[in-house]
Amino acid sequence: MSKADAAAAILWVGATFYALFGGADFGGGFWDLTAGWDERGQRPRDVIQRSLTPVWEANHVWLIFVLVVLWTAFPPAFSAIFTTLYVPIALAALGIVLRGAGFAFRKSIVGLRERRAMGATFAISSVLTPFFMGTVVGAIAAGNVPAEGNGDAFSSWLAPLPLLIGAMFVASGAYLAAVFLVGDARRGDDAEMEHYFERRALGAAVVAGAFALAGLFALHSEARYVFDRLTAEGLPLVVFSLLCGAALLAVLLRGGRRLLRPLAAGAVIAVIWGWGVAQFPFLLPTSLRIDQAAAPDATMTIVFIVFAAAAVVVLPSLGLLYALAQKDLLEAEH
Amino acid sequence: MLLDALPLAESSNLLAAREQMAFTLGFHIVLSCIGVALPATMMVANYVGLKRDDRDAMELARRWSKAMAVTFAVGAVTGTVLSFEFGLLWPQFEHRFGSVFGIAFAIEGIFFFVEAIFLAIYIYGWKRLSPWAHFWSGVPMVITGIGGAFSVVAANAWMNQPQGFTLDAAGKVVDVEPLKVLFNPATGYEVPHMILAAYMVVGFLVASIYAVGMLKGRRDRLHKLGLVIPLTIACIATPVQLFVGDTAARKVADHQPAKFAAMECIQRTGTDQTEYLGGICTDDGVKGAIGIPGLDSFLVGWSTDTKVTGLNSIPDDEEPPAHTMLHLAFDAMVGIGTALLALGAWFGFVWWRKRDIPQTPWFLRAVAISGAGAILALWCGWIVTEVGRQPWIVQGYMRTSEAVTEAEGIWFSFGLVLLLYAGLGTGAVLVLRSMSRRWREQGAENVQSPYAPQTEEVG
Repeated sequence: MSKADAAAAILWVGATFYALFGGADFGGGFWDLTAGWDERGQRPRDVIQRSLTPVWEANHVWLIFVLVVLWTAFPPAFSAIFTTLYVPIALAALGIVLRGAGFAFRKSIVGLRERRAMGATFAISSVLTPFFMGTVVGAIAAGNVPAEGNGDAFSSWLAPLPLLIGAMFVASGAYLAAVFLVGDARRGDDAEMEHYFERRALGAAVVAGAFALAGLFALHSEARYVFDRLTAEGLPLVVFSLLCGAALLAVLLRGGRRLLRPLAAGAVIAVIWGWGVAQFPFLLPTSLRIDQAAAPDATMTIVFIVFAAAAVVVLPSLGLLYALAQKDLLEAEH
Repeated sequence: MLLDALPLAESSNLLAAREQMAFTLGFHIVLSCIGVALPATMMVANYVGLKRDDRDAMELARRWSKAMAVTFAVGAVTGTVLSFEFGLLWPQFEHRFGSVFGIAFAIEGIFFFVEAIFLAIYIYGWKRLSPWAHFWSGVPMVITGIGGAFSVVAANAWMNQPQGFTLDAAGKVVDVEPLKVLFNPATGYEVPHMILAAYMVVGFLVASIYAVGMLKGRRDRLHKLGLVIPLTIACIATPVQLFVGDTAARKVADHQPAKFAAMECIQRTGTDQTEYLGGICTDDGVKGAIGIPGLDSFLVGWSTDTKVTGLNSIPDDEEPPAHTMLHLAFDAMVGIGTALLALGAWFGFVWWRKRDIPQTPWFLRAVAISGAGAILALWCGWIVTEVGRQPWIVQGYMRTSEAVTEAEGIWFSFGLVLLLYAGLGTGAVLVLRSMSRRWREQGAENVQSPYAPQTEEVG
């Protein structure tokens, strides 16, 4: 494995964490949006808020990590992506601003009307942001980002595959969130909410699966290189993801609670790494290879050191945060 | 016709991109100061609260942590916007120098991550963690704030004093020396200058909030403590800052003569240069300024015989724009810094003699505007650094015009950003004010001890 390949793997590790934690975080916003505006929606919304509040900031630092590693380790890929897909990227950034502001202000505002406006801002941007991020990923996979950058600002992402991947991002975030929330409601001894999110986890799993299937067809017609590798080298991962999804459905349908979170996470992780394997050795299929985009060796060494530091310092700290939150030692209300 | 219009379109994109960057950076920098320096201020109050069983100090730490929850959230999104802007506005800069410049940001990512994690533990851990465990959960933020500031400012210092990379014939970076990038000649003065600035901004800003409260007649112990703790920190930082800033100016005269000539309005290279205070810079010299003959040369090299480069020695296409603005920004920064030093001396003297703050309302009035003054000085300093480096984005290697995006709609995006940030700023201020109102309504006597077990003991 070359240094450049290792750096690409680090990029994918960051993307995996972001998909899991950031994705679940966006998914929480999705369920907030669909909970209903009246009293009825208050209970699920409380479960979501309790669950998100202590961890939402940390969840989103992974995005910064991915961006910084991309521009440091693979500068030409970064500039090619940003000069081509600046429309969905700017819209995602807009969504991040609105979402963060909505969430932060909502907790601290007393007036009901303002609280609702902030809540709506948070919830709507929770759906739009992952959608636009998905279109960026879809456009890259579809080979619509030329290595030299400045590709078409609209046709590059307004195509079936990118739009489907966008929808899939929203659905899989909702699916992850619902599964996590089942556990959180169970910890809070709230059987009704447990059941509430269990039904939603089932629904979201089916929808995410349907988008993934439709995505496969779109891959076949729009991203042949990626499709071919996904169904050859990437096949074990695809199968693993399917098995995780099927097992999760089976557990849910039988009313079980074991392994829900690992199964949900496993299904998503396998898709992300399947995508990575399917693109290999390209960062931008099929115009820019990993080794062509790679920064000088010394820069890669710094990326490795930073990654090692993240593993030694950030992951245990993050573990502590999640552990404290799961033991209810962190108070969301203040 | 078409060819004539082209440079205009290009420069229009450049201007829009520069304005948007300046605006978003100016907004974010205030929030990042809070992230860098508020933790230490908070930990002092928390420590005093625990050691002396001081409920007021403890309540201040709790309130500041709740306020920081809001500013940190807003700062996290405005910071995310900046990392997007590197690609959206300056893609060619990243394309050419991302592998060099990114090193510092990769390191910063770790500090930011750890700060976000421990901030969450600290903010949400008040009720259920043991008091000392909770205190220690806040300490990492003090270190990560300084580490994060080091990384980001080292990256900016590198743009002023680029080194530690090798270019091939085509201008592509082929080798990088990370330590030389991080510890470039400007790191030594830019980093401490900014960290001290953060402590001054936060100290004076927090103190000014309590000064306003005291001017409105809220003269309880909590308000006085809320003024004294941050003001002391700011007043310790200020004299050190003037020393560091003075050193920085001399280094800039040496490293970036064009920037120095513009900020000091020096038209012609020579010895015995006049130091101008205020005024308007023109090609024929400075109009309407107070001039002190020879002082500028003296400040640069401790002798009036020191030769200082003037704008006439800088090629026209390497001259920074807006000389008057740069000059006035520099003077305003130094002037405000000096006024804050005087305020600190006043406070320090009276405290030394009487163990109390000066009893005149003029002192409270001065403290009440010191926060805004410190922020203004911070902005002025960044204007000098950033506009003074123009037309370069990487001094001597890459022009800002080469770095800018070709994407359309930058003016539109700038307009949207203005609107969005106006909402963000208003929202943050409204939320902080409503929090403060709620605390006031609870009343100073009814303030609950932040640690639940203690409340039970006392109650």
